[in-house]
Amino acid sequence: MNAHILHTLRYLPLAALVLILGACSSQELGSDADAAQQVYVAPGEYDEFYGFMSGGYSGQLSVYGIPSGRHIYTVPVFSQLATNGYGYNEETKAMLETSYGFVPWGDAHHPELSQTDGVPDGRYIFINENNTPRVAKIDLNSFQTTEIIEIPNSGGNHASPFVTQNTEYISAATRFSVPMGDDGERDVAIDSYAENFQGTLSFIKMQDDGSMRLDFQILVPGFDYDLSHAGKGPSHGWSFFTSYNSEQAHTLLEVNASRNDKDYIAAVNWAKAAEYAAQGEGEMVPADYVRNYIDSDHIAKTERYNEVRVLDPTELPGMIYYLPTPKSPHGVDVSPDGELIVAGGKLSTVIPVHSFSKMIEAIENEDYEGEEQGIPVLRYDATLAGEVQNPGLGPLHTEFDGRGNAYTTAFISSEVVKWSLETFEVLDRIDTYYSPGHLMIPGGDSRKPWGKYLVALNKITKDRYLPTGPELFHSAQLIDISGDKMRLLLDFPTEGEPHYAQAIPADLIMDDDMVRFYPLEDNQNPHAITSEDQARVERDGNEVHVYMTTIRTHFAPDNIEGIKMGDTVYFHVTNLEQDWDVPHGFTVRGANTSELLIMPGETRTLVWTPDRVGVAPFYCTDFCSALHQEMQGYIRVSPAGSDVPISFGTGE
Amino acid sequence: MKLSGWIIVTALLLGGCSGDSTESNESESSSEAAATSSGLSEFELEHGVGPVDEVITLESLDPEMVEAGAEVFRTKCSACHKMSERYVGPALGDIFETRSPTFVMNMILNPEGMVKEHPEAKKMLSQFLTPMPNQNLTREQARSIVEYLASENEQ
Repeated sequence: MNAHILHTLRYLPLAALVLILGACSSQELGSDADAAQQVYVAPGEYDEFYGFMSGGYSGQLSVYGIPSGRHIYTVPVFSQLATNGYGYNEETKAMLETSYGFVPWGDAHHPELSQTDGVPDGRYIFINENNTPRVAKIDLNSFQTTEIIEIPNSGGNHASPFVTQNTEYISAATRFSVPMGDDGERDVAIDSYAENFQGTLSFIKMQDDGSMRLDFQILVPGFDYDLSHAGKGPSHGWSFFTSYNSEQAHTLLEVNASRNDKDYIAAVNWAKAAEYAAQGEGEMVPADYVRNYIDSDHIAKTERYNEVRVLDPTELPGMIYYLPTPKSPHGVDVSPDGELIVAGGKLSTVIPVHSFSKMIEAIENEDYEGEEQGIPVLRYDATLAGEVQNPGLGPLHTEFDGRGNAYTTAFISSEVVKWSLETFEVLDRIDTYYSPGHLMIPGGDSRKPWGKYLVALNKITKDRYLPTGPELFHSAQLIDISGDKMRLLLDFPTEGEPHYAQAIPADLIMDDDMVRFYPLEDNQNPHAITSEDQARVERDGNEVHVYMTTIRTHFAPDNIEGIKMGDTVYFHVTNLEQDWDVPHGFTVRGANTSELLIMPGETRTLVWTPDRVGVAPFYCTDFCSALHQEMQGYIRVSPAGSDVPISFGTGE
Repeated sequence: MKLSGWIIVTALLLGGCSGDSTESNESESSSEAAATSSGLSEFELEHGVGPVDEVITLESLDPEMVEAGAEVFRTKCSACHKMSERYVGPALGDIFETRSPTFVMNMILNPEGMVKEHPEAKKMLSQFLTPMPNQNLTREQARSIVEYLASENEQ
C-alpha cells in the first residue's frame, strides 16, 4: 500500500510537467495498428533504409534497420569490442593508437555519410571522437573501421566530422579551446583563458586512394565550437560552424557563457583556405598526432606525424566571417538548396535563419558591425533571411524533407517542430519522449533528402520501456513525415548515446561489391597459412608461434605440446572457410584479452601467456556447425626448463 | 586404368540418351524407381544436382589444369579430404570409381543443395556427419579439381 502511494507520488512531478507543457493529447502517446503495419518488416524481408546511429560513449557505431528499428549490427570504432576481438587482437590493436598511447575507448557523436554532388553515396561513413580528438572512416562495403586520424591542437573534437559536397574535405572543430604551442606556452594559468586559449577548425583532405590526411587548421578565437555543416550547391566551398562562449569564460559556463545576447556562426571559405594551403601559406607548427589504417594485409598500421599547417585568418584574409546568432547556438544546418543557414539557438526564443546569398552580398559590401579578434563580424540584419517564431523551447537541430519543410528539435519542450522554409511559419508539432537532441531524416542534411521518416534521438527514456534499474538505453522514435501531420510510428532503444544518426536507402549500399568473405588467395597476412599441411608450431626463443587453421569442424593442429612457463604464445588462426557467414572463434583457457572471431579467409592473432603448468583446452567460440561442440583442442604447458619437445598434430 | 570405365559410360550416355543403350537394364529400372522417389531426373541421380548439367568427360589430362586444380584443392579442400584415407570427408583417391566427374563438380559447387536433395549425398552426410562447406569455387576451379583428382586417381 505504502509502496503504491510512493510509486504514484514519484510520478506526480512528471505528470504535472506534462500537463504544464500542454502535451497530453493521447493520440500521440502511442501508436496504432496502422502505424504497426508501416513499420512491420516481415521475416526474411529487408528494411528500406540502413540507419547508422552513433554509439555515443560506447565509442561504437550501431546499425539499425529503418523502419523496423531492428538493431542489425555494431561496428566497433573507438572502443575495444570483445565480441570480435577488435582492439584486442594483434591485427586491430593499432587502430586505437594515439599520441597519448593506446586508448581503448572513445566518445563518438556524429556519423556522417560520404557524399557525391551533395548526396549520400554509400561509400563511407565517418564518425568523430570527442575526448581524444579523432575522426574515423568506416568502409561501407565491409562495415569495418578502416582508418582513424587524430586531430592535434584540439581540446575536444565535437564539431566533427562533416563532409563537403563531394567529400573533398572532412571538417573537425574543437569544442574546448586550449593553450597551444610548446610546453612553456601551454603551461599557463587557467584564468589567463582570454589571453592564451585558442581554437582550431581542422580540414582533413580525402586523398585519391580514399585515405585521409590532415591538410590544414584554421586558428580561431578561444570560443567553444559546437557543430558544423558544409555548404552545397551555391554555398559549396563554404562551411559553417557554431560557436558559444564568446564570453570566453573558463568556469561555471552554464552561467558565464550565457551572458551575451549573441554568439557566432563562423562562415568559413574552405575553398579559399585550401588555396592558401596549396600555396604553402601559413605556418607548419609542431603537433604530435597519428593516423591508423588497415593495410592491404588486413593489419592496422600507425603512421606518426609531427607537424601541421596552421592558417591564421588575421594574416590570410577572406577565409572566415562571423554571423552574429542568438544565443549560444547549437546546431547549424544548411537547407537542401544550399541557400539557408539555420541555427539552433538553444537559449533563444526564435530560430534565426541566415541567407547565404545575403551573406555574400554583405561580405562584398563589407557590411560589418565590427570585428572579433581580427575576424570581421557581419551585421545580423544584413544576413538574416527570417526568424521562426514560437519554435518550442530549446531549439537544437534541424533537418529537411526535400519538400520545402524543415524539422527542428526542441529539447526543453520535448517536441519536433515542422516549419516552412518559405514562410518560416510553424506548420505542425509533435511531442517526443523525452528531450530530443538531434533528429535525423535519411539524407536530411544533404541536397536530396529521402523525406519519408524522421527519427528523434531522445536523451531521456524514463517510462518508455520495461525498466532496467537506474540505467536505461536511450530511446529513438520513428515519425512518419510523409503527410501534412507528423505521426509517431515506433519507439526503439539504442545503445550508448545515439547522439546523431544518418540513414541511406539500403540499395545504395547493398550491392554486388559488398564483401561477404575474404578469398584465401588474397590473404596477405604474413602469419596466414592457406592449407592444413602448413599448420605448424615454431619456437623462437621464448616466443612460440602457432600457425593454425579452422574449418568446419576442427583446428589444425588441435594437440600442441612443448610450451613452457615463461613462453609467450601467438595463435595465428586462419579461417579456411570460403562461405558467407561462417566465422570461427578461438579462445584458450586463461586468455586475458578477448576471443578471436575470424571471418572466412581471414587471419587473426591472439597472444597468450600461460600462467600455470597443465593442459589448457582451446575451442571455437562461434557456433559453426552441428559438430561445433567437437571443435576443440589441447595445449600442454610444462614447467620452465622442462625438456618436452615441440610437437603438434590433428587426428594423429 | 580406372578412368577408362568412365570414358566408356560417358560415351554410351552421350551416344544413346533415348534408352537404346543395352547396358544394364536392371540398374536403369532401379534408378528409375529412385528417380521417382527422390523427384530427381535420371541425369541428376547419376551426375548430381547443381549448376553442371552436362556430362564432363575426362580424356587426356591437361597438366596445367592439373596444377591449377592441385593448388585450389590445397587451399580450399585439403583441410577435410585426403587421397588415401577418410578424414573429415571421404577419401578421394579413387573417387571416379563411384562418382562421375559431373557429380563431383556439382558436389563442390552446390553442397547445400546436394545434401538436401540427392539420396547419395544424404547418405554421405549421415555417414560423415559434417556437411560439406560451400567454398565458393568457380565452375572453372571445380573443373580443375576434377582434373587434379583424375591425375591422383591414375596413380
